[in-house]
Amino acid sequence: MRISGRAHVFGDDVNTDYIIAARYRDKALNLKEFAQHAMEDLDPEFSRKVQPGDFVVAGRNFGLGSSREWAPRVLKELRVGGVIARGFARIFFRNAINAGLPAVEADTSGIQAGDELELDLERGKLLNKTQGHELSVAPLPPVMIRILRDGGLVEHFKKYGDFQVF
Amino acid sequence: MGKTIAEKILSAKSGRDAKAGDIVLAQLDFVYGVDSIGSLNIQLFKEMGRGRVFDPARCAFVMDHMAPAHNASYARMQQIVREFCQEQGIRVYDVGEGISHPVLIEHGHFGPGDLVVGTDSHTCTNGAVNVFSTGVGSSDWAAAMVSGKMWFRVPETVRFELRGRLPRGTYSKDLVLYLVGRMGADGLTYQSAELGGEAVESMSVEARFTISNMAIEMGAKVGLMRADAKVREWFAGRSGRPLRPVEPDPDARYARVVEVDVSRLEPQVAKPHRVDNVGPLSEVEGTPIHQAFIGTCTNGRLEDLREAAAILRGRRVREGVRLIVNPASREALVEGMKDGTIQTLIEAGALLNPPGCGMCPGITGGIPADGENVISASNRNFKGRMGNPNASIYLASPASVAASALEGRIADPRRYL
Repeated sequence: MRISGRAHVFGDDVNTDYIIAARYRDKALNLKEFAQHAMEDLDPEFSRKVQPGDFVVAGRNFGLGSSREWAPRVLKELRVGGVIARGFARIFFRNAINAGLPAVEADTSGIQAGDELELDLERGKLLNKTQGHELSVAPLPPVMIRILRDGGLVEHFKKYGDFQVF
Repeated sequence: MGKTIAEKILSAKSGRDAKAGDIVLAQLDFVYGVDSIGSLNIQLFKEMGRGRVFDPARCAFVMDHMAPAHNASYARMQQIVREFCQEQGIRVYDVGEGISHPVLIEHGHFGPGDLVVGTDSHTCTNGAVNVFSTGVGSSDWAAAMVSGKMWFRVPETVRFELRGRLPRGTYSKDLVLYLVGRMGADGLTYQSAELGGEAVESMSVEARFTISNMAIEMGAKVGLMRADAKVREWFAGRSGRPLRPVEPDPDARYARVVEVDVSRLEPQVAKPHRVDNVGPLSEVEGTPIHQAFIGTCTNGRLEDLREAAAILRGRRVREGVRLIVNPASREALVEGMKDGTIQTLIEAGALLNPPGCGMCPGITGGIPADGENVISASNRNFKGRMGNPNASIYLASPASVAASALEGRIADPRRYL
């Protein structure tokens, strides 16, 4: 699985209230409209700027806070190709994979806004085409690779009717 | 080699001899959802196309985040949940019953040694009574509702030895704020917090819920405690089932042991805009506040309301300050009405809201204005958390919130005791 796009860079501790703010919760039944507010308090232009395949790049503890699966789903709705962070809060990480949104850990400290990136999940590599170097990404546990390859947990269950993860 | 509480529960529920780091597929004892995310849960369950849930008796929904709904969109989200539960024969605790975490355990739906998941990050609250209980998202919920199972990576455990007893005017909320500040928001990512020692043993079960509740704020998967005599007594009359507590082995292997002497702890505050931005209340004493909140799954139980009432009795909230109270459950409200606690709070000037999450997740129940400071007994103070990114939230114990409401500024509760 290879994904290419530009980096949108954020800092540490991007919590779920930053990813999708509380005051928009009543729009949740219309995902397209709801997703327009993704990352709004950090970057009001994000939903307008982001192109299909682009990456959300962040520091430590991305996604801390709520278990609401809207957080990865609004990013997916905007066709974000993946989230790359130095570290993830565990509920968000699991939700992202379940929603079919690649979430990988790597040392993002050198990535600049606008860098052209290519993520190769099979090889576990992140190529920074703009800066001309390659990073390793932390491998996902096999169960998560399986779910991601199927396109998410719902797709996995549609296919198998149960967990086929071992 | 001995096992931690987390290793033992996940071993029992997966039928394997599981150790930290293993991936297991485990049988769930209970699966719950809440109104604010319920519509997504149900949409994904229907997309999986399986029809009936695995066992309606092991499921419930609680309407707590929008209690009651204040616009048609939120009402529709709740309607979706009610319709689904009716079709499936699943119990609904509707608006006014209270917050999922206290309500479900109070009604005896699960107990010590059980494995429970809920679509709210504070599902870890139940760890205080020896339940492996953790927050999950809608896809995991939907798969659980189909299969009755979930896969887990067995977490390593950080053991907290909490020594001594909390001094007067300092509560379990101050202790957990201190721990979150010390460990950091990602201090226990992917790990289980196992908490014990004299400080835990000497506090009430209600006080222990506050600590397990905020395990997630350290990044922990669960916040587990032993089921001692106090826990067994708490369950008496609540659940018809025999209790099956799980003890950690004396030779269990811990990733880390953190020792804390609580006997000199002062009241603590989490300052804007991070839960781990913790320091002694004395550092921010005198900061003006406009709104004060007592409630939530962290600190809305009867004992919390009583702690606030002890400070407010015979006194009045400062003019210009809004003190808002949301009891965590109908039980807390009713008992508080019987013993005069609610009367005391109202006579002091509190506004009484229905049992539910209230302003904590920023949907309803008291949104602050631009530039306002809120002092709150809740669990998160991220920017915009209470519905306005231009307000600031300080987290504290119910007693500190009450004292601050009296003065109109952050105040030390010990002066009022």
